[in-house]
Amino acid sequence: MTMDDNAIRQQVVEVIAEEFELDPKDLRPEVTFYEDLDLDSLDAVDMVVALEKSFGMKLSDEEAFRAVRTMDDLFNLVISLKKMIEQER
Amino acid sequence: MNRVVITGRGAVSTFGTGVEKLTEAVRQGRSGVVFIKEWEQVRGLNSFLAAPVPPLDIKKLLPRSVRRTMGDMAIYATLAAVEAVDDAGLDREFLESGQTGAAIGSTTGSPGVYEEYYRNFLDEESFQELRSGTFFKIMGHSCSANVCHALKIRGEQWATAGACSSSSQAIGLGYLLIKSGRQRAMICGGADEVHHSVTMIFDILKAASRNHDPPLHTPAPFDADRDGVVCSGGSGILVLESLESAQARNAEIYAEILGFGHVTDSDHIANPTEDAMFTAMNQAMLEAGVIKEKIDYINAHATGTEHGDITEARAISRVCGADVPVSSLKGHLGHALGAAGSLETILVLEMFNCQELLPTLHLKRPDPACLGINLLQKKQKARVNTVLKNNFALGGVNTALVLRRWNI
Repeated sequence: MTMDDNAIRQQVVEVIAEEFELDPKDLRPEVTFYEDLDLDSLDAVDMVVALEKSFGMKLSDEEAFRAVRTMDDLFNLVISLKKMIEQER
Repeated sequence: MNRVVITGRGAVSTFGTGVEKLTEAVRQGRSGVVFIKEWEQVRGLNSFLAAPVPPLDIKKLLPRSVRRTMGDMAIYATLAAVEAVDDAGLDREFLESGQTGAAIGSTTGSPGVYEEYYRNFLDEESFQELRSGTFFKIMGHSCSANVCHALKIRGEQWATAGACSSSSQAIGLGYLLIKSGRQRAMICGGADEVHHSVTMIFDILKAASRNHDPPLHTPAPFDADRDGVVCSGGSGILVLESLESAQARNAEIYAEILGFGHVTDSDHIANPTEDAMFTAMNQAMLEAGVIKEKIDYINAHATGTEHGDITEARAISRVCGADVPVSSLKGHLGHALGAAGSLETILVLEMFNCQELLPTLHLKRPDPACLGINLLQKKQKARVNTVLKNNFALGGVNTALVLRRWNI
C-alpha cells in the first residue's frame, strides 16, 4: 500500500520520538539532529535500525543518510526511498 | 604512603535503591530471596531461587544519553555511584579533576543482554536490528566505563572481573592506588544481575540451593541443613579517599581501610582452599598491624555451600580462634557476586555506626564441621571497631580487608 508523504513524515516523527524519548512536538522540520537534539554518531546507528524496522525497508544509501542534518532532510530521504521501492515493485 | 578512608556509600540491592533500604531490611532480619516461577521452564536448571533487584523505573532515574549503553548491572552501578558521590559530597570539579578514578567490577558483562543478543543472532545468523549500545552493555568493563562516563571521571578506570571477589578487589585496588598517591579518590565497588545463566553456574556444580518450599529459609550459611547459594543482584559502591583529602574538605569519614590481603589459590579452579583463605586474612591483618585480639568481628564470605562454609570456618578458626564473632550476610542478601564485597562492606559500616553486630540469617543449627568459631545467630550490641571482611571467589581469588571505625 502506498503511503502519502504526510503519513510518512508522521511515522518518521513517531519513530524518532520513541527511539530517543523525545516529544513529537519538538521534532519540527527545521530541527537539527546534532545541534538541536544533541544526538551523536551512536544515535545515528540506532536511528537507521529503528527506521528500517518501522518502514520494513533498508536505508541502504549510507552517503545520502550521512548528508541528513535536519528532520526535513530525513523526511525527504525516507519519502524518496519509499517511492523508489514502490516503483521497483 | 597515604592513609585511606571511606567517605561515601551507595547501594542498589534486592531491597531496592539506596543504602537506607539495604541497612533497614538487614537490621530487621528480612531476606530478599524469592521463588522465580519462570525458571521452572529452563530445562536442566534445578534451582529456582534468587534475590533480584525489584523493578526500577529507569527512564525516570537515568537519562537516555547515559542509559543507552547500560545493561541492568551498569544501571545498578551508576545509581549506586551517584548515591555514593552525593553521600561523600563530591562535586563536579572533584570528579573531573583526573585525581579521582574508578574501580568497579562484575562477573561478566550483562547476562540479560547476552541472552537478548544471541536470541536475535541465532535465529537467522543475523546482526540486524542490533543497537549501537549493545556491545557496551556486554563488554567486561561495562560497569566501570558507564559509571565513569556518567560521572565524568577522568582518573584511572579499572574493571576488576573477579566474580564473587570483584568488588572487594575493587576496594583493595582503590586502597592501593590512593595509598601510593596515584589517585586522591576512587569510586570502588561492583555489580551483578540475577539471571538463570548465573545460577546455572552454581547449579551445575550442585552448589545452588533447591530448598524451594515456603517459607524460604535459604541460603543458610554455616547451617547444618544448608544446601547451596542463592544468587542476587545489585551494586555497592564506596568512595575511598586519602585522609588528607577527606580532612581538607571536612568530609564525614565512615572508616579507615588498614589492610588488604589478596591471594590466589591454584589447587583447584572451583574448590576453596583453606591455606589461601588463611593467608589472605593474615596478610590483611599484618598490613593493618592488627593482632587477632584486636579484631571485634569477622564478616564472612560464607555463601551456604557445603565446602565453602567449612573451609572458611577452619581458616577463620586458625586466624582468630573461637572468640571473635562471625557472621555472613548472605542469608539476608543472597550472593550478590560482583556486588557482594561492597554491599557487605556497607553493612559493616552500618555495624560500626550502630555498634551492633548482625547475625547470619537462617542459621538455626550450626554445622558441627563449622564449630570452632563464634557463629552469631542473633543481633547483638557490641563494641565494633575493627573488622575483618572476607570474600572468596570461584577461580581462586581470595581477599580480606581490615576496616576500622573512624573516630573511635
